[in-house]
Amino acid sequence: MIDWFEALATHYNYWITIALMMAGLYIVVARSNMIKTLVGLGIFQTSVYLLYLSPGKILGGTPPIMAEGIETYSNPLPHVLILTAIVVGVATLALGLAIVVRIHEAYGTIEEDEITTVVDREDFSDPEPEPEPESDPEDSAA
Amino acid sequence: MILDVILRVAAKLFIPFILMFGLYVQLHGDFGPGGGFQAGVIIAAAVILYAIIFGKDAATRAVPEWAVRVMIPMGVLIYAGVGVWSMLMQGEYLNYNVLLHAGEKIGTYDAVHGQHWGVFLVEIGVLVTVTGTMLGIFYMFAGRGRPDD
Amino acid sequence: MSAPGLDLHAHLPALQVMVPLIGSVICALVRQRHVCAAITIGCSVLMPVIAFALLWQVQETGTISYAMGGWAPPVGIEYRVDAPNAFLLVLVSIMGALVALYAPRSVANEIRPESQGWYYSMYLMCMAGLLGMAITGDAFNVFVFMEISSLAMYTLIALGTERRALVAAFQYLIIGTIGATFYVIGVGLIFTMTGSLNLYDISTLIWEPDSTRPVIAGLAFITVGIGLKLAIFPLHLWLPNAYAFAPTVATAFIASTATKVAVYLLLRFLFSIFGVDYTFGLTPAAEILMILAVLAMMVASFNAIFQVNIKRMLAYSSVAQVGYMILGIALVSEAGLTGGISHLFNHAIIKACLFLAVGCVFFSTGATRIDGLAGIGRTMPLTMGAFVIAGLGLIGVPGTAGFVSKWYLIQGAAEAEAWWLVVVIVIASVMAVLYVGRIIEVAWFQEPAAAVVRKPPPEMVAITWVLALATIYFGVQTEISAGVAAEAARELLAGWRQG
Repeated sequence: MIDWFEALATHYNYWITIALMMAGLYIVVARSNMIKTLVGLGIFQTSVYLLYLSPGKILGGTPPIMAEGIETYSNPLPHVLILTAIVVGVATLALGLAIVVRIHEAYGTIEEDEITTVVDREDFSDPEPEPEPESDPEDSAA
Repeated sequence: MILDVILRVAAKLFIPFILMFGLYVQLHGDFGPGGGFQAGVIIAAAVILYAIIFGKDAATRAVPEWAVRVMIPMGVLIYAGVGVWSMLMQGEYLNYNVLLHAGEKIGTYDAVHGQHWGVFLVEIGVLVTVTGTMLGIFYMFAGRGRPDD
Repeated sequence: MSAPGLDLHAHLPALQVMVPLIGSVICALVRQRHVCAAITIGCSVLMPVIAFALLWQVQETGTISYAMGGWAPPVGIEYRVDAPNAFLLVLVSIMGALVALYAPRSVANEIRPESQGWYYSMYLMCMAGLLGMAITGDAFNVFVFMEISSLAMYTLIALGTERRALVAAFQYLIIGTIGATFYVIGVGLIFTMTGSLNLYDISTLIWEPDSTRPVIAGLAFITVGIGLKLAIFPLHLWLPNAYAFAPTVATAFIASTATKVAVYLLLRFLFSIFGVDYTFGLTPAAEILMILAVLAMMVASFNAIFQVNIKRMLAYSSVAQVGYMILGIALVSEAGLTGGISHLFNHAIIKACLFLAVGCVFFSTGATRIDGLAGIGRTMPLTMGAFVIAGLGLIGVPGTAGFVSKWYLIQGAAEAEAWWLVVVIVIASVMAVLYVGRIIEVAWFQEPAAAVVRKPPPEMVAITWVLALATIYFGVQTEISAGVAAEAARELLAGWRQG
């Protein structure tokens, strides 16, 4: 009993990582609203950042800038890797949101169940006429 | 939003300081938390705050859409250009040590100053692209939707 | 030091990735569609030149190692080119060049004028990402280039003509990002255990840790992550819709390169870095991959027979063909691996030819469904001729490229005394006869339904025929497709620790 609790307490960073990972994946799989899916994806990616960053901090280590009298430095490499991964995650989120906006204009809804039924029907007949766009889709900022 | 005096006055007080803080974060990336990505987002946040309080048209007059559309690739070109400059100076791609000559002789390099300039320029490239991208995303999303807001 | 100027030969690995990347950014800056088309063609045609130079250099002097930024490996990121690598670079760059030459009028036909500049920019970005994935020797750099190419691909797909392209792009985005994140988890576990990110360095350190469990977990995560990009059987759900609704040129390029680069990465991780003893000795990877490969070949071929949309049928066929490549990996023998690698090469040519032929048909008639192809064989004989040749290659008729790889796979299965596998391969080929035969029947033996609005441009038909003739050429001249593949297979089986 105590070993089990000790394993939980000393490795709590990994347990949090796993909990976030499962939560994120569950949201992606179980929710049909596209925005919620993107949020779940973001949570999943955040758990991975934790997976890299928490072992990178050496207990008793300082930021990796050379100074007199400091022996232990924290490893800067995981931070650099995760900075890159965060940027990639932001870019993916932005692209995902842009596609969701366009899907909303084209289909009138962002629930995947409703869209899948429409998509499957379009296989065998011509596509349904698109709903009137609410604003000018030829945005000059495109 | 435009009618709310408190928000307008507070924004006018804040926005210059946000921009100044963004510049600080950009230039102190070597020695503390900071660098191109963070500074780019801070500067974009200042412009977005302006857009939220004063309306998108005012923001578009301040930072026009054509400028945003040019900023996005320009930063990447600056970064890649530093790499090409390294190659022209006989080093590998993005080798900062070879960017500057030491003295008159060709073939010796001033590594310390080369590193300084290299990091400085690539961080400026990152700043330009990130600011452009964040503002571009905001302009795209804010431009759609109900026109009668 | 040499005289001031640019020693191009030493910088080839960097140029291979930087030229399309800078070209993509310039296209994004300019956005004027004719200028962008010119830049795209220029950069794409330059790519095979650089790739061939790298291949020649590797065959002359052995592995090339280029230290990015002047930081020596394993501290810095290195670009490492050896035989399997160079082969893949040549394949991806030739496919990119051919599709880029085909592109201008197809793009003008299918994509809105204001988006065409962005299309070319994303095309070059995708090419840069795929070439980077193939050439880099650093595990995290692979992730960065993987996401560069994937984000570009999502955009390319979302530019398709129908609104279903947007849904397909979104589904691919979600699944692809999960795949990339799994890959990052795997690399994180391996980095934590070995302390290095350099692929060659990891291969020397892999037996060091006392506990193998995190390393095996890392390997599993990496395999699943790459598998999602590869469209291994249960992870393939994004592929049919993505290929079906993307613009023709995007589909042709992605179908012939993206999954192939992912297969190469899997080969790299399973064989070169971890080594045959680790991967197949400590984990049941061979059995699992074999089951998934068989399921892919059977289920996907079966699905392909009943499709209504032509491109989706070809997409399911791609999933089945990826199953062949994975079968080659799972056999873990020289014959099997040669079959898998040569199928990588042959399938790229065949699938690109098929999709480009369908693109010509779409240009002329606007038909996307199979019944819209009725009688096309008589009104567009040249295009459908190329389609038939590539279709025969898909089936694996002797004399075409597809036969060579299936021959090696059957040989590998026979060596392993797995006669049920030989039966499976034959049944999958029979199903290929069914779905290719269905197209041929509709195209030649039915009355023309859709009017041929206009003739397809000569360059589009010409490039389709170049690929069709390549199918026959590589089916007859097997030195290149099978010979180089066998050499790469031997190198991969040896792994990096001993080599």
